[in-house]
Amino acid sequence: MLIAACFAIFIAMIMAMARAILGPSLYDRILAVNLFGTKAVLLIALLGFVMGRPEFLDIAMVYALINFISLVGILRYSDNDVFKVDDQQDQGRSE
Amino acid sequence: MTLLSSGLLLMGCFLCVTGALGVLKFPDFYTRVHAASVTDTLATAMILIGLMLISPNLFVVFKLLFIFVFILFIGPVASHILVKTALKNKLVPVVKENEKVSSSKL
Repeated sequence: MLIAACFAIFIAMIMAMARAILGPSLYDRILAVNLFGTKAVLLIALLGFVMGRPEFLDIAMVYALINFISLVGILRYSDNDVFKVDDQQDQGRSE
Repeated sequence: MTLLSSGLLLMGCFLCVTGALGVLKFPDFYTRVHAASVTDTLATAMILIGLMLISPNLFVVFKLLFIFVFILFIGPVASHILVKTALKNKLVPVVKENEKVSSSKL
């Protein structure tokens, strides 16, 4: 049962990576990477139980914290004009 | 105990795969955020509670409880700040216009 759960979460991670590659806007990619990080936490916890070593939960805890802080960190740069989404597809505009 | 844990793990994995499929198939960013956040938080909760039932000692239960409470609080907060930033930077949602609604001049 645990190994089947590991495979299911791995499939979910592949789908999140597909959205990170395909996603037309920047926010799709940020969402997909955040989703990938949360699934990685679950995968580490499950693999710790599969191998009989629950000490992997420390790594899972740290990675959950790092995932959230990196999301907040990248969204702090949204106050500049770098993240603005253009609808009119300006070709000649430079930063 | 193992049967209940297996049932919870199965439900959690089903939600997880469904949520990831929704993120892949939905047409717009805002609908994808909804699919990702709701199913992600609930799947994490179910899988972690399912793991708590088969843990070997009490210390592992406390560590799992810590991750569970953290992701329960942080998941909706993360999706909220992401959507708020996207709205502030003018990411336009895809809206399907209904003829009756647009003619009544809301």
